[in-house]
Order: sequence, then structure tokens, then C-alpha cells
Amino acid sequence: MGVLSRMTTLVKVKVNKLLGAAEDPRETLDYSYERQLQMLQDVKRGVVEVATSKRRLELQKAKLQENADRLGEQAKQAVAAGRDDLARTALERKGLLVQQMGDLDTQTQTLDQEQAKLEQAETRLRMKIEAFRTRKEVVKAQYSAAEAQVRIGEAVTGLSEEMADVGMALDRATDKTEAMQARAGAIDEMIAQGALDDFTSGGKDSIDRELGQIQIKESVDTELAALKAQVGAPTEPKPLTEGQPS
Amino acid sequence: MIVRIATEGQYRIDSAFLDRLNAIDNQLVATIGQGDHERFHNQLHELVAMVREHGTVVPPDELVESDLIVPPPDTTLAEAAELFADQGLIPG
Repeated sequence: MGVLSRMTTLVKVKVNKLLGAAEDPRETLDYSYERQLQMLQDVKRGVVEVATSKRRLELQKAKLQENADRLGEQAKQAVAAGRDDLARTALERKGLLVQQMGDLDTQTQTLDQEQAKLEQAETRLRMKIEAFRTRKEVVKAQYSAAEAQVRIGEAVTGLSEEMADVGMALDRATDKTEAMQARAGAIDEMIAQGALDDFTSGGKDSIDRELGQIQIKESVDTELAALKAQVGAPTEPKPLTEGQPS
Repeated sequence: MIVRIATEGQYRIDSAFLDRLNAIDNQLVATIGQGDHERFHNQLHELVAMVREHGTVVPPDELVESDLIVPPPDTTLAEAAELFADQGLIPG
């Protein structure tokens, strides 16, 4: 067998390392129990780490969403003002942000899966350790060193294999988390350096300024009409609300 | 026999499936040689699915050694190729 036999051998090598050199197997049992608890702590820490990374991605997504909403609002204002060109620019920027958000969603899902996997691994390992502890106490009480070795041999191997496997799951989750933290860091940096800000509030400089100018022009027109009405230069009849001077 | 899906857990499966697992495994080796990522992904998925489908999960409080270990379901072709790169790992 190809992949299967190689994978099996790889894990067995790790198991043998975990087992180490056995002296009095009953002492080894206590020692390995400490390592098991340590492993359990490592997995718990791994779960927390993945959850923290996920939270960070979610916060980033919220930030991007906020910017996208603002661009959508700006596009609406631009259309109302008859400036389709401005609306197009705003929507294009929004489109890029939406793409980035989709990316973040995919990453969050991956971390979700990793977290679930580690949580299951933790439960499994905890139950196996508990089962092992019970057997260990029984064997220590009832058997001599040599007999204990025989009696609990497979349990030790079985548990060590579980630990090797959990260690592998933990390594893989850590690798994935680190890769995503690096990407999240890159986005944070973009935001901090204003690259993304430029995207949106750079939008503020261009889109918002132009929208602002349109609004000023409209209010100037209104005020001008009102002034004309005051000085008695009759223009076309206007509704009362618009004619009221402030 | 006991088969472990790495990073996922152990299953007890009828030894009669060994031939079928072997057949997919042989295909996997060929695929790794060809460097076909998509086919690798599909075949590994097939292997994992067969164990999940026909095996029963070993209870968490049972401590047994596996006869066979399937690579983690999210293994990439590059990672699988690494298994072959280290000649020291070939058994026998």
C-alpha cells in the first residue's frame, strides 16, 4: 500500500517517540498521565487561539461592511443627483469590498471547521485519558511491573496513538490559523495605512465632495429664488415651503 | 480491523474492505505521481468516505491501536507527496 502504509508508519514513529524507553511501566504510567494532561491543555489553548482568530476576521468583516454600506448610500445619492458616473465609481469600490468580504467568509468557515475538529479531539482525548487513568490504577494495584506491562500495553499504545493524532490535528489547526492571521494582519495594515480608507473615504474626497457640491448648488438655487421673491422680482410661482426665507 | 482517519478518530471496519481501500490507495499513488490536484482530492475523499460509511466509530473510552491510518481528510497533494519524499519512512 502506498499512501496508507506511509501514513500509518509516520504515526507509529510518533507513537514510539511518545512511548519512550520504558523502565518500570508503572512509573511510566504516571509520567505519561502528566503528559496526557499537558496535551489536553495544549488542545484547549488551540481552541481558544482559533476562536480568537475567527473573532478578528469577523471584526474586519464588520469594518468592511460598514464601508460598503456607506458606498451604497453614496451611490444612491449620486443617482438621485443624476450623476451616474459617480454612482458607478462608488458601486465599483463597493464591489471590491464585497469580494474581500466573501474571502473573509471563506476563511471564517475554515476556522469554524478547525475549531469544531479541535473541540471534538479534546472531548475524545479527555474520555480516553479518563478510561486510561481508571485502568492504570487497577493495574498498579493488582499487578507486578512485568505483568502491568502486558496488561496495559495496548491501552498505552492506543492512547499514545490518540495523542500523536491530536498533536497532528493541533499542528494543522495552528498552521491554518497562522496563515490567516498573516492575511488578517495584511488587511489591518492596509486599513491602518489608509489604503482601504482611500478606497472609501478616498471616496469621501472625490464622491462625497462632488455630492456635496451638488447639494450646495441646489441650496444656492433655492436661496436665490427666495431672494428674488423678496425683492419683488417675480419669477415663476413657487410653493410656499420653498419660498420661505430662513 | 481498526482504521484511523487522522485528525478525526478511529473506526472499526470489516477486513473485507481492505481490498477496496487498497485499490483507491493505488490510484492515489498514481495521481500523486501525475500531480493532479483535483483527482487527488476526489480520491482521498472517496477513501475517507468509505471508512466513514462502512465503519463504526470506536467508542471514546476504548484504547486500541490502529491497523491502518488514513491521512487527514484535508491533506493536500503536496503534503501527500512529502510522505514519499522521505524514503526513511518506507516500511520493511
